[in-house]
Amino acid sequence: MSPGLKLSLLLGAPVVGFFVLLGFLAAGLGRDPSLLPSALLDRPLPGFQEPGLLDIDPVTPADLTGQVSLLNVWATWCPPCREEMPYLVALAESGVTIHGLAYKDDAGAVRQWLDHYGNPFRTLMNDADGSLGLDLGVYGAPETFLLDAEGVIRYRHVGIIDPRVWEEDFLPRIRALEEEPS
Amino acid sequence: MRYPSLSLALLLLWLAGPALAAIEVYDFSDPALETRYYQLIEILRCPKCQNQNIKDSNAPLSADLRGRVHEMLEAGHSDSEIVEALVDRYGTFITYRPPLNALTLLLWFGPLLGVLLAGFLVARWIRHNQRQTPVEALTEAERQRLAVVLGNDEDLSR
Repeated sequence: MSPGLKLSLLLGAPVVGFFVLLGFLAAGLGRDPSLLPSALLDRPLPGFQEPGLLDIDPVTPADLTGQVSLLNVWATWCPPCREEMPYLVALAESGVTIHGLAYKDDAGAVRQWLDHYGNPFRTLMNDADGSLGLDLGVYGAPETFLLDAEGVIRYRHVGIIDPRVWEEDFLPRIRALEEEPS
Repeated sequence: MRYPSLSLALLLLWLAGPALAAIEVYDFSDPALETRYYQLIEILRCPKCQNQNIKDSNAPLSADLRGRVHEMLEAGHSDSEIVEALVDRYGTFITYRPPLNALTLLLWFGPLLGVLLAGFLVARWIRHNQRQTPVEALTEAERQRLAVVLGNDEDLSR
């Protein structure tokens, strides 16, 4: 190795290292470290039998199948859920099937809430102790699972659903599911 | 100080505060289960918090997870079954002992690789220094030339 080449390698290494580090940092800026991928992706719903708060009681996974649907995990104690609920009601009115899971909540408070906002849910489970939430890997309400017609979890969104999330994250996936030969 | 023992008692009480904050109490049918419980909640990571185990975290989710660990221990599950069940639900994020697979290969062996690389570089550097030939003594001709250059006709070797 010629001395000149050696010197340029010696001086170049920190510069290269700096840019590699810069690349990692830039990539890190764009992602939210609190978002975890769901471990249940492409797996069927876990088995359960939960008390229901609407017509269907108790609710089993079979009640959540038959068409592409959303499973929304929410609670009356969760402020972002308050923000999300009117949009869920609008989605339900436009024909989207939404199932609800009241996460560690009180049945009375849930009913009051539905009286106030309207009810977007086809079925609503009462997971008072949070055990089904735990089986679903829920770590913060609201969370919304996209279920295919067989009740397999195809996508999980953490945080509220707003028009942007709906159009960018949900609609393309739902269209793909509907095009899938069943 | 008038009441040294009282002050000491108050100080100890104050120090005990954080210990009291340590959460719910579970009854275990066997002390061995309790030991395993404490080992498990130490290595399980709270999914809601960025970097805290479920032993230290007072997030409601951590409390639920501790409850699940207790429940599964009492039901006779092994430690690895319990960790696996939670990894199934929350992904490998939940454990502070990531499994060894293709994704975590660099995580497990990266440090070793770094040490090996550093060792290799140091060894090469040492060998390089040793190989450098010592400065040879001047030959007679060179000595005479030097004397001429320095304008000194005395023999420099003396």
